[in-house]
Amino acid sequence: MRRFWHSAGPVLTIVAAILLGWYVLAVILNMPWTLDRMERAGESLSFTERVADTWAQDKPRLPAPHQILVELYDTVIDKKITSKRSLVYHSWVTLVPTVAGFALGSLLGILLAVGIVHDRTMDMSVMPWVIASQAVPIVAIAPMIIVVLNAVGISGLLPKAIIAMYLSFFPVVVGMVKGFRTPDRMELDQMRTWSANKWQTFWSLRWPSSVRFLFPSMKIAISASLVGTIVAELPTGAVAGLGARLLGGSYYGQTIQIWSALVMASLLAALLVMAVGMAERITMKAMGMAR
Amino acid sequence: MSEQAVIQADNLSLTFQTNDGPVHALKDVNLTINKGDFVSFIGPSGCGKTTFLRVMADLEQPTGGAISVNGMTPEAARKARAYGYVFQAAGLYPWRTIEKNVRLPLEIMGYSKAEMVTRVAQALELVELTGFEKKFPWQLSGGMQQRASIARALAFDADLLLMDEPFGALDEIVRDHLNEQLLDLWKRTGKTICFVTHSIPEAVYLSTKIVVMSPRPGRVTDVIESPLPKDRPLDIRESKDFLDIAHRVREGLRAGHGDE
Repeated sequence: MRRFWHSAGPVLTIVAAILLGWYVLAVILNMPWTLDRMERAGESLSFTERVADTWAQDKPRLPAPHQILVELYDTVIDKKITSKRSLVYHSWVTLVPTVAGFALGSLLGILLAVGIVHDRTMDMSVMPWVIASQAVPIVAIAPMIIVVLNAVGISGLLPKAIIAMYLSFFPVVVGMVKGFRTPDRMELDQMRTWSANKWQTFWSLRWPSSVRFLFPSMKIAISASLVGTIVAELPTGAVAGLGARLLGGSYYGQTIQIWSALVMASLLAALLVMAVGMAERITMKAMGMAR
Repeated sequence: MSEQAVIQADNLSLTFQTNDGPVHALKDVNLTINKGDFVSFIGPSGCGKTTFLRVMADLEQPTGGAISVNGMTPEAARKARAYGYVFQAAGLYPWRTIEKNVRLPLEIMGYSKAEMVTRVAQALELVELTGFEKKFPWQLSGGMQQRASIARALAFDADLLLMDEPFGALDEIVRDHLNEQLLDLWKRTGKTICFVTHSIPEAVYLSTKIVVMSPRPGRVTDVIESPLPKDRPLDIRESKDFLDIAHRVREGLRAGHGDE
């Protein structure tokens, strides 16, 4: 029991503090509506009744945690997965382009890093563009990408994946350029004494040296990819996906729906990052670098 | 005699252009190293001993004079795999087992699978690391790691071994042991060894020829042919011959320091 408390204690304390703060905030933010309605109905409620009402409104400014949980239960467990109202269905719709965009972004990032490390011209010219690309707000670019791709007849999964890729290649380029450059002067000299060519130096030295940088970059990339997909779902009038749930929720003031989609999105992000972390542990172990 | 020269340097010079002006790393170095020699290069830091070794290995380009390695230019010698180079740090790849580390140069040079297996086993046997094939570098002590890196330099059978302070980072007990093993390996294989060090006892104990160098500009101040026999137990270091040579090396180092 003591050991359990030792490891879980701090986490539980923080969670409890957040929940407490959340309920208090819900009371403060939702109270005006409760009072307003009370006045119009000519009722007079006691303090406890008022507080209870702030936690049970249909369209609260800030839904209480248990309302979100109930909504999650309804839409995740009660609904059939194939139902358009199932959050699992919407999560899946978002997950596929996220993973596709992440894969494309990682590939693009690695290829760009290879070019930057091996070619002086690319080294001097590509990085500023890479950085500039990330300075442009994705919400501004996303609709244009979708419109342009639609004009050439591409719609559905690919536009979303491309926007996800746009966000996810960046951490990979930066991390892998650093990773490919970790071999020091001595290691490169050693390769030269064996008259190794660039290709051999890359595969036996630079690539394995960069693995330590690859996975942390990919953890950032996969969560960026999820954000990219959700953003891509916002302006397109998409009918499915977590982004569509967020947008739909905000059209109709369904704050509980918005929050449950948000919670789902963060759970999804956590799962994806964990999956990359697991791949990292397996790879490191296979390479003999985990102790 | 000259046909047996492994290294032949004539008026070899190397000047680095730095922001603080030219640095004369090597100036007018003349030296002949014959097949089977064990040559130590000794001198204070900045005397160009490592630079000289790097010129032999085609890792630096001389700016004056001439040098041949096995009768070829250093570049041709490097491409002909004439030498194995052991760096100050073992430089083993942490993601490769000892066996696979030793195999790496063979993979790069395109040996056949069967030949790789025999050569790796031979090289590991030479440095007494048989049985450690499947270990990863971090599972080995510093001395064993350095032995593995020597095995790696031996694996492709170059006749010339260039060693740049390979035992510099190890403690004295391990170092003594490795010196004994290195001498044994040299006797068994008949390789030519160029060995950079800053330890006088190490240089005297190991070498048939000691090249004393002085800094600014880096040049050779003395070349001592050692009269010590090929068989050298550790306690030879208390013999009179040994102490005499050590004395002469010390004098040479002091003289080089004097006219700075």
